[in-house]
Amino acid sequence: MPLDQKLKDAFADALSVDQSVITDSLKYQGIPEWDSISHMVLISRIEEAFDISIDTDDVIALSSVAKAKEILKKYNVSS
Amino acid sequence: MLPGKQIMITGASRGIGRAAALLLASEGAQVILLARSLDQLEKLRDEIKSAGGNSLVYKADVSQAEAVSEVFEDLNRQKIYLDSLVNNAGIMKDAVIQMAGQDMTREIYETNVFGMMHVTRLAVKSILKKRGGSIVNMSSIVGVYGNLGQSVYASSKSAIIGYTKSLSKELASLQIRVNALAPGFIDTDMIKNMDSRFYERNLQSIGMKRIGTPEDVAKAILFLCSDLSSYVTGQIIGVDGGMVL
Repeated sequence: MPLDQKLKDAFADALSVDQSVITDSLKYQGIPEWDSISHMVLISRIEEAFDISIDTDDVIALSSVAKAKEILKKYNVSS
Repeated sequence: MLPGKQIMITGASRGIGRAAALLLASEGAQVILLARSLDQLEKLRDEIKSAGGNSLVYKADVSQAEAVSEVFEDLNRQKIYLDSLVNNAGIMKDAVIQMAGQDMTREIYETNVFGMMHVTRLAVKSILKKRGGSIVNMSSIVGVYGNLGQSVYASSKSAIIGYTKSLSKELASLQIRVNALAPGFIDTDMIKNMDSRFYERNLQSIGMKRIGTPEDVAKAILFLCSDLSSYVTGQIIGVDGGMVL
């Protein structure tokens, strides 16, 4: 599965929103569903999807879908 | 009661941690045991194994963040994720205020508070992979009521109560329950060198007129780690035989 789709699935699952909501411009706290609590679930789902462990600094830095893609590059994930 | 569950216990080599390890393992959990003494942990691992149980042991001082992080990295590599965490590691030192220096204060807080918080932070990430679980923190009766000569220790145990209540609110919607136990006078190494007058005074203040055992507390841990407490969160449960301070 392409990386973008995998990430979209993780976001949609963690935030319980439709995939159409998940765009690069979507920001943390930009919708009610992406709050500090669901952010914890989101990190967990991304870790599971890509089999990585995200550092605390990156947990905080992951403030948008676009930023998530940028951070994932650091972890050398592949689709 | 706990088949297939993976449960981490800190401070597992002695006292309450050891009793909890034996009881939870006997109920089918794989117990992941942390302590400063590998020698004692290995003996405990053998004991659990000969009783048909399953455990993993790690030498790790919870006040050393790096060592704890390495434990979780190892567990993550093995795809072992926690269902429950028992934050049992703690140190007790008594001193009246003018004798309680900064070094002693830091030492107590590094283990009882900062270490506990670091373990919990990593454990929550792990428990989220299981879509829910339970965290059991070890406070104390003195964290609830205070005690003469224990302002530092008691305040560290009070911090655990505030942490437990706040974290239970943060994590409830994620199906992670967070509770604390407040044991009273329990027969562990921590009270081994207690002055006999204090020992007798404490004993007289217990309604049930007997000292608690580590096994008494372990049963409460079993309750909080199991589905028996499936709707219990944010609670501070006394295990004190009716002790009055």
